[in-house]
Amino acid sequence: MSDMRAEQQYIDLFAQCEDLVCRHSTPVMNTLRAEALANFERLGFPSARSEEYKYTDVAQAFAPDYGLNINRIAIPVNPYDVFRCDVPNLSTSLYFVVNDTFYDKELPKAHLPEGVYAGGLKVFTERYPEIASKYYGKAASSGKDGIIALNTMLAQDGFVVYVPKNVVVERPIQLVNIFRNDVDTMANRRVLVIMEPHSQAKLLVCDHSIDDVKFLATQVVEIFAEEGAYFDYYDLEESSESTTRFSSVHVKQAASTNVLVNGITLTNGLTRNNYYVELNGEYAESTLCGMSVLDKEQQMDTYSHITHAVPNCTSNELFKNVLNDRAVGVFSGRILVKEGAQKTIAYQTNRNLCATREARMYSKPQLEIYADDVKCSHGMTTGQLDENALFYMQSRGIPRDEARMLLSVAFTSDVIDHVRVEALKDRLHKLVEKRFRGELAKCAGCRICK
Amino acid sequence: MLEVKNLHANVNGKEILKGINLSVKAGEVHAIMGPNGSGKSTLSSVLVGNPAFEVTEGEVIFNGKNLLELSPEDRSREGIFLSFQYPVEIPGVSMVNFMRAALNEHRKYKGLEPVSATDFLKLMREKRAIVELDNKLASRSVNEGFSGGEKKRNEIFQMAMLEPKLAILDETDSGLDIDALRIVAHGVNLLKTPENAAIVITHYQRLLDYIKPDIVHVLYKGRIVKTAGPELALELEDKGYDWIKKEMGDE
Repeated sequence: MSDMRAEQQYIDLFAQCEDLVCRHSTPVMNTLRAEALANFERLGFPSARSEEYKYTDVAQAFAPDYGLNINRIAIPVNPYDVFRCDVPNLSTSLYFVVNDTFYDKELPKAHLPEGVYAGGLKVFTERYPEIASKYYGKAASSGKDGIIALNTMLAQDGFVVYVPKNVVVERPIQLVNIFRNDVDTMANRRVLVIMEPHSQAKLLVCDHSIDDVKFLATQVVEIFAEEGAYFDYYDLEESSESTTRFSSVHVKQAASTNVLVNGITLTNGLTRNNYYVELNGEYAESTLCGMSVLDKEQQMDTYSHITHAVPNCTSNELFKNVLNDRAVGVFSGRILVKEGAQKTIAYQTNRNLCATREARMYSKPQLEIYADDVKCSHGMTTGQLDENALFYMQSRGIPRDEARMLLSVAFTSDVIDHVRVEALKDRLHKLVEKRFRGELAKCAGCRICK
Repeated sequence: MLEVKNLHANVNGKEILKGINLSVKAGEVHAIMGPNGSGKSTLSSVLVGNPAFEVTEGEVIFNGKNLLELSPEDRSREGIFLSFQYPVEIPGVSMVNFMRAALNEHRKYKGLEPVSATDFLKLMREKRAIVELDNKLASRSVNEGFSGGEKKRNEIFQMAMLEPKLAILDETDSGLDIDALRIVAHGVNLLKTPENAAIVITHYQRLLDYIKPDIVHVLYKGRIVKTAGPELALELEDKGYDWIKKEMGDE
């Protein structure tokens, strides 16, 4: 933290607007702000000199002057118009967040079982302060990371999924985050997922940037899976080259839970995804995977930290990146097996394709194992497309570019295969293919794709 | 159909083909035999445009076109097919996607519309039967986890799908047990018409018991040193290649 200029504007902003921030939020969220401010002042933005943020200049990303919608002024947008093209035929319970405000104008017909809440964070924390305060901010500590501190200090709304004990939500819940504004805009979003014992649900979050202005998002996602819960979190990023996103996903798993987190980036500018998974109860199972397709100057920086705190848990991690042009990919994966966490099974794989000489991939696996009866492995490769396979396909009449496309799609297909919703899996396979064909930006019928 | 004239080719700077002359007409089956390292596989690689091989001299005319100027994909679409000695595994690309892409590229080249889904699956079913590949084939990745025999049968299946004018079978018999060999040969014979031709590259006479050649060539040290009728294959089976080497003054 040599200079605090990037930080100072946010500290000043909060000093001037604390009242407004709080007025348009709720006590559950407001009680964490003072501590978050203190943490932000102490930590600042992570430095490029810190090992964990070596390749992403955070201060630089936050330095420009972005507008914040602290007064919660309604931004004119019809999200249903915007979100027509990408995951049709997938029957979901659909919700929208515009920038960082939950969109409550035309709420979809609820298809949710009784007792389940899917909707705005502000309303939820107002209506159910006791449940909310038990969880909000409890997985993502603002004392550990300056960006989380900043988000906690400024966030006013977001999205909540709450599923009571023994309830199974069959239909996937879909949240569409829409970036929409005429000026450069910053959004500070939260997602809170509370899965009570033996409940089941699936959440698909899609990010879209509609306008060509610059967007900066901080996003903190907290997922609590209580005993026996089963939860899927899909994060599909199709923003824009002028969108920067700092996302931090925190998963706390109790015994016998099964949580899948799958982050797919098809279009972005700069994305930093942090994943923290804690396996705190025996026989918990975590699948953590993700992929990105990058070109031009796009950057994807993935950091993961899986903690095996108790015996008999399984984690399976798979991240893949395809890099074109001058794209930059970073993967840093840490697995911590604590003392006594015997019979741990932990697999980590990171595979990358660099299609050009200018593309760069930095990969660092880190295994820290303090138990002696475990099965852990990690594997990392970065390479090019298989020339023999390309020639084989050409010799059957398939043009080289088409062969490259087919091989690239194939390369990422196992990440998509982890999707546990058939319709979504099919759709994602098609979207990835469109992405490789360069057709994703040409779909008619919605503003995102023009 | 195919005219190869004075063809020279290098791999990694080393000259392997030293002036091949070969003429194949429609309706003919040619066998190219020869000891290991004589250049048999190099010849097939050069004909399909493998970029690892550099042509330094000579020309290849295929149905009036200068073959050496065409990309590998255009050679395929013009009707040349190589059954690979070592078919490549392509994880993540299903046989059905692979074959549909290939077939539609061939159709596009001929100015035809892409094949409909039902017609395509019907065609797959039909052609699969020729080489007795089971219906799980469609969902499997190309050659991935296939046995040696399945890989070779899969090559002939692809040949059946694409209906080439000139099929080059590169050591298709290697690694095959007798049953697989019979299936593969049966497939090749079924696909034979008076309009197409085949070049069968093999080390042994065994395959030629099933696929009857019209003309047999012996390739040795990058040159075709002997050309005769089918009886030449039998003679080679009987005497081995040593007498050729002797005749060439090498031993």
